[in-house]
Amino acid sequence: MTERKSDSHELGSHPDWSPPASTVGVLGWMRANLFSSPLNFGLTALGLWLIYQIVPPIINWAFIDAIWSGDSPDACRNEGGGPKAAACWIYIDHWFNYLMYGLYPKTEQWRINSAYILLLGGMIPLFIPSFKYKGWISVFLLFVFPVIAYFLFAGGSFDLAIVETPLWGGLFLTLVIAITGIVVSLPIGIVLALGRRSDMPIVRALCVGFIELWRGVPLITVLFMSSVMFPLFLPEGMNFDKLIRALVGVALFSAAYMAEVVRGGLQAIPKGQTEAAGALGLSYWKTMGLIILPQALKMVIPGIVNTFIGLFKDTTLVLIIGLFDFLGVIQATFTNPEWGGFHTTGYVFAAFIYWCFCFSMSRYSMHLEKKLHTGH
Amino acid sequence: MSEIEIQKPTKEMTVSDDVMIHMNAVHKWYGEFHVLKDINLTVNKGERIVICGPSGSGKSTLIRCLNRLEEHQQGQIVVEGTELTGDLKHIEQIRREVGMVFQHFNLFPHLSILDNLTLAPIWVRKMPKADAEDVAMKYLERVKIPEQAAKYPGQLSGGQQQRVAIARSLCMNPKIMLFDEPTSALDPEMIKEVLDVMVELAQEGMTMICVTHEMGFAKTVANRVIFMDEGQIIEENEPNQFFDNPQNDRTKLFLSQILH
Repeated sequence: MTERKSDSHELGSHPDWSPPASTVGVLGWMRANLFSSPLNFGLTALGLWLIYQIVPPIINWAFIDAIWSGDSPDACRNEGGGPKAAACWIYIDHWFNYLMYGLYPKTEQWRINSAYILLLGGMIPLFIPSFKYKGWISVFLLFVFPVIAYFLFAGGSFDLAIVETPLWGGLFLTLVIAITGIVVSLPIGIVLALGRRSDMPIVRALCVGFIELWRGVPLITVLFMSSVMFPLFLPEGMNFDKLIRALVGVALFSAAYMAEVVRGGLQAIPKGQTEAAGALGLSYWKTMGLIILPQALKMVIPGIVNTFIGLFKDTTLVLIIGLFDFLGVIQATFTNPEWGGFHTTGYVFAAFIYWCFCFSMSRYSMHLEKKLHTGH
Repeated sequence: MSEIEIQKPTKEMTVSDDVMIHMNAVHKWYGEFHVLKDINLTVNKGERIVICGPSGSGKSTLIRCLNRLEEHQQGQIVVEGTELTGDLKHIEQIRREVGMVFQHFNLFPHLSILDNLTLAPIWVRKMPKADAEDVAMKYLERVKIPEQAAKYPGQLSGGQQQRVAIARSLCMNPKIMLFDEPTSALDPEMIKEVLDVMVELAQEGMTMICVTHEMGFAKTVANRVIFMDEGQIIEENEPNQFFDNPQNDRTKLFLSQILH
């Protein structure tokens, strides 16, 4: 780089200089962000002290003092019989199968695992940029996979034994509810959002009514209605599975939220886009499908994922209608007299698993946003 | 407004084979606001019309009525022998034949330049993708930016974007082109590159209706210049007469303000 001689160049031919050394690199960064003033110096020191106070005890609890091996809960107890002040990972190990599958029969659990493998195997190519048949894989995951999964899980055909839904539980049940909710709520939400912006007054009124009704009611109420009230309105002898009723409730509830998120995106697209598409002769549905929705959905990816994450965590509410999802089975283990007293370990494990799923969704959405950015 | 003498076209308006657009006593309102008043206009094949007038005079609304981006409430508009009514089939049929270029380009920002151009031929004309791409490249070469085909609209300058927008319309092989202030949103140094493309298009015999304040363009290519004010056609004449010998006081005032 040229040396700094501010007077040696002719007008209009100023050479490129490198930035001052004190503003770049690690030192420059620290100077600008951590120690730029006495106040910031103090805040940095306070931050370091807080980290020192908080992080080492957590590491001690979860790793160093934690009980990693042993066959019985006694390994995790003090001489007095109370639980030790450290993570009791053998508790998770002991209950692991129950936490993952609930009461789903052990001999049939291969069916769930096969569906997991199929799902993951289908999703991996979607992350490979050069993979060509992403469209077909997506169609398979959205339309074929759910059918296969249903027959695998429920059984009753292809020589598979029937597994009643009350036996479904644990992380498996959480994933069933969350994935169904996510996959069903997005398309319904899009249709509702389009309907709410429609020129046709009746369509618009119906969509507004639907959205406001479902958004105005707590999810707990929806679940109670679906499990307690709804059967009262059905004729004698006619009954839907409790899980199906919960699934429908969760999906429609999220769809109402999704509709408003998508509507926000639709409103952000300039009117000129619709006009340009119309002027080229594209019909309403082609304009929406090819021009408006791709832009609107991309714009509201953070909002959509936010709704998905909310939905994923809201699945824990199905516990109150007697479905044992992941959090439900963890709480059920606390009632076991032999393994009682390990609440902290159980809840920390639950929090960790939920966090892993939600964080993955968040990261994936950031990846999508970056990938779809075309500089406008 | 009866004291204003409206110059009616002298020729009797009959719908012959050569007539591309025929507007008969068209009125339009935005709510209570009477934005187009008794518009009568006939455009023949190959004619190039420039519409000018102060802002708010209804000139944009007029050409937006021609492909039903705006709806007229009274009178008749016949484009290419098809009357524009609420019938969606007719509207889509007419839009296929009538290209439009907007002030703000309105390219599709999520699609590459090439995809912007091939979208309508593929989805509306059902053209095979390879053919549509050949056509698109042909028109990109005509507007002199074939090297930008893989880029996205956000990476192009305003002048380049407007030329892409013109090429996008041409890919549908339209019989009529409408231009709604195509250079008003451009930096001065980019106006010429867009006007050059439009002049070339005019020389090839395209039927064009152009809302613009580029009087140089009007003098070069227009067969007729139409002056609008307060929703009415005030004056209509061939360019030399229009600029050198305007008849109406408002036209004189307008011209004195824009021609320095």
